[in-house]
Amino acid sequence: MPSLKDLKNRIESVKSTRKITKAMQMVAAAKLRRAQEAAEQSRPYTERFNAVMAGLAASVGGSDSAPKLLSGTGSDKVQLLIVMTSERGLCGGFNSNIAKLARNHADKLLGEGKEVKILTVGKKGRDQMKRDYGQYYIGHVDLTEVKRVGYVDAQGIAKDVLGRFDGGDFDVATLFYSKFVNVVTQIPTAQQIIPASFEAEEGDEASTLFDYEPSEEAILADLLPRGVATQIFAGLLENGASEQGARMSAMDNATRNAGEMIDKLTIQYNRSRQAVITNELIEIISGAEAL
Amino acid sequence: MADTTQFDLVSPERRLASAQVVSVQIPGADGDMTAMAGHAPTITTLRPGLLSTEGPDGTSEYVVTGGFAEITAAGVTVLAERALPRAEVTAEHLAEMVKEAEDALNNAKAAFENEPGPVDDAAKLLADMVAVGDHIGISAR
Repeated sequence: MPSLKDLKNRIESVKSTRKITKAMQMVAAAKLRRAQEAAEQSRPYTERFNAVMAGLAASVGGSDSAPKLLSGTGSDKVQLLIVMTSERGLCGGFNSNIAKLARNHADKLLGEGKEVKILTVGKKGRDQMKRDYGQYYIGHVDLTEVKRVGYVDAQGIAKDVLGRFDGGDFDVATLFYSKFVNVVTQIPTAQQIIPASFEAEEGDEASTLFDYEPSEEAILADLLPRGVATQIFAGLLENGASEQGARMSAMDNATRNAGEMIDKLTIQYNRSRQAVITNELIEIISGAEAL
Repeated sequence: MADTTQFDLVSPERRLASAQVVSVQIPGADGDMTAMAGHAPTITTLRPGLLSTEGPDGTSEYVVTGGFAEITAAGVTVLAERALPRAEVTAEHLAEMVKEAEDALNNAKAAFENEPGPVDDAAKLLADMVAVGDHIGISAR
């Protein structure tokens, strides 16, 4: 049975925890709004880009001269997994979910006798992936210092990845990130970025005959590396929004739990205080009766 | 009044402009081109340069680097990797871009000793960057 003083201390400490989680929830809510805006702002670019690429890929893709980034190296032996997570924790299952998806994917590939290499973005994913797949781990991109993810950051990652691809380090690259649906739902997603796959939308637009300046091949060769950067950027932004959403709901839960705990502890505190008073009264009365 | 066409300028980070315009002058990789309503559907890559539009509300100019433009019957869409309204471009921006181009050139020189192709491309990029600066009257240094 904890003493009254212990209970009182406990209540105070849970109260300050609740204050912190409440503050974090509000910060996450504010950041979420910004992250969501950034994700929405980038959508027109990504959509147009993919539409144009799909058209180009459809017209050039079949030929032998198609760039490697589009047609692949002809094998899928060495797989690169780019695992994008957050830099900070306390956001519920956000990081674990992405890591879990990546782990399942890696296990499946290893089971098929393929070679796996892992590149991580974000500190949390690095810790998780390094623990289990230390021998496959090839690098990490640090964004700790970055306050607001910009296209430049995505370009940096893309450059790193493309450099490795040109060096023949891997055949297929898959991007792991969390897609933002709403505050309570974020879907961990795996997306293949090399060789590039574009969902060609069937429609009248695809059938438009374009003049290309310079040639189709030259444009494609110029745009494919940009496509990698664009997809990584989109992934980063989705991840940013998802992280804040996940943190917001995790902190909301934490705040509620702390509240419940305070109620429970307060009842216990009052009960034991009452018990002490009753005890004292009994002692006094029985003392008086004994005289 | 000439026919207008829909013009969109988007960068990965935000949508910069969306308006009805009479003509758009695009710094294409193979030379400048002006797109007006009814232009043949075209896709072109961009070189660093000045993109200017002429509309009912006057003209506006943007400095763009990299990306591509898509001209369709529905309008002109420019997807620029980096785009800034001309008025917002400062010497620092330009110095940064020129610096990046210089680095790219040096890297290309180091990586492709016996292939002139990529080195020439990088040199052209740098020259384009400097030309943009001269054009809008800001020196990179």
